[in-house]
Amino acid sequence: MIDWGWLAGHLDAIAYRTAQHVYLAALGVAIGFAISFVLALVAARHRALYPPISALAGILYTIPSLALFAALISITGFSVVTAEVPLVMYTLVILVRNIVAGLDGVPGEVLEAADGMGHTRRQRLWRVELPLAVPLIVAGLRLATVSTIGLVTITGTISDAFGGLGYFILDGYHRGNFLTEMYAGALPSILLALGADLLFVRAQRRVTPWAHARALEATS
Amino acid sequence: MNLVTATAVWLTDPAQWAGQAGIPNRLLEHVLIASISLAIALLLALPAGLAIGHTGRGAAVAASLANLGRSLPSLAVIAIAIPVTVLVDPVLGGTVLPTLVAMVVLAVPPILVNAYTGIAEVDRDLVEAGRGMGMREREILTGIELPVALPVVLGGIRSAAVQIVATATLGAIFGGGGLGRFLVDGIAQRDDGQVFGGVLLVAALAIATEVAVGLLQRLARSPGLRRGGRGPVVGIAPPPPVLGM
Repeated sequence: MIDWGWLAGHLDAIAYRTAQHVYLAALGVAIGFAISFVLALVAARHRALYPPISALAGILYTIPSLALFAALISITGFSVVTAEVPLVMYTLVILVRNIVAGLDGVPGEVLEAADGMGHTRRQRLWRVELPLAVPLIVAGLRLATVSTIGLVTITGTISDAFGGLGYFILDGYHRGNFLTEMYAGALPSILLALGADLLFVRAQRRVTPWAHARALEATS
Repeated sequence: MNLVTATAVWLTDPAQWAGQAGIPNRLLEHVLIASISLAIALLLALPAGLAIGHTGRGAAVAASLANLGRSLPSLAVIAIAIPVTVLVDPVLGGTVLPTLVAMVVLAVPPILVNAYTGIAEVDRDLVEAGRGMGMREREILTGIELPVALPVVLGGIRSAAVQIVATATLGAIFGGGGLGRFLVDGIAQRDDGQVFGGVLLVAALAIATEVAVGLLQRLARSPGLRRGGRGPVVGIAPPPPVLGM
């Protein structure tokens, strides 16, 4: 059932697609984190802005990924931008929500103590609020990374040039359900997702040595 | 021809509104497969979630299972399911069934997690009061815990339904029907009008699903628990500690 010859002949391709998968996912999460961080800080300072930011992000999150990729093809063509923009947009919902929740979770007494010690607002944010929000921020990064790794497989519908490991799933299907190739894409992509999840669980433990890591369940 | 006119032309072409490849039939296919997989996921996850929430047993196992399910890339689940589903049905097993499997696998975690956390977070005083009144365990679950937890339980169903509508579009990649056909065929044919028309339809269906279950969720909030409702506000447990501090 497994075509070992195909596997042996495609080890380079599998390595290349795995690296591409990690690259596309990491780029999406990194850009998404940068944007979310700014949005969350703005939302935390100007509370009135949070509901509209959150609502807009929520609507974007609802739109199926295939539709977002397809929509962008007509605008940005078969480029890497078409692959990355939806990946970034999906991370925004998870990350903004978790960063804001992390900042909100800082107890009032702690803020008062920081103020009493003469911290300026900026110092209080960077030295007190953000460090205390780190566990929830890491929990958000975990969810965002794992879901982005899943979504990268779908970028293969844009063009054969993308898709990471998802390329093999689509290509194998187009060859008439060539299972060896489909599994060569499916199994490593699952391992990547689970590996990333595990990595962030470790990171969560490390940043909250005083407690068992508690992830904020991203449910509504 | 620019994007807007191409889309408008495609959407208003009478040919799009009739026949097997028409919008109404594709919408019906999409809703049908989504409903079937949501029903299967509910059957699998809801009783288990309620039981775990009520008894508190198996929560850790369910949480890690749910986390596993949530981590799986949907396209990978479809690919992995194919050899199994082909054995079940040689024709449908290569097209619709693997997508159905993926939809169920991805819909179970949110339903399960919200069902058991919703039930587990019901104010213990309420449950004890029920017990003191001589209610049986089943009566406590259906008469107290479920009504109080219903908005949370429905929240999980909402996430699952939206997830299912999204995954159903992927079925078109594997030769299935549904609204995803317009996206996949439109990309293959470089037909911008069809792609964008499909995008609008798929997005509208997803948002409609979210809004519909959201409304249901709002209605499900028990009158006794609504803020400003009559009587004392009971049953709203204090928010769980977020940081574990």
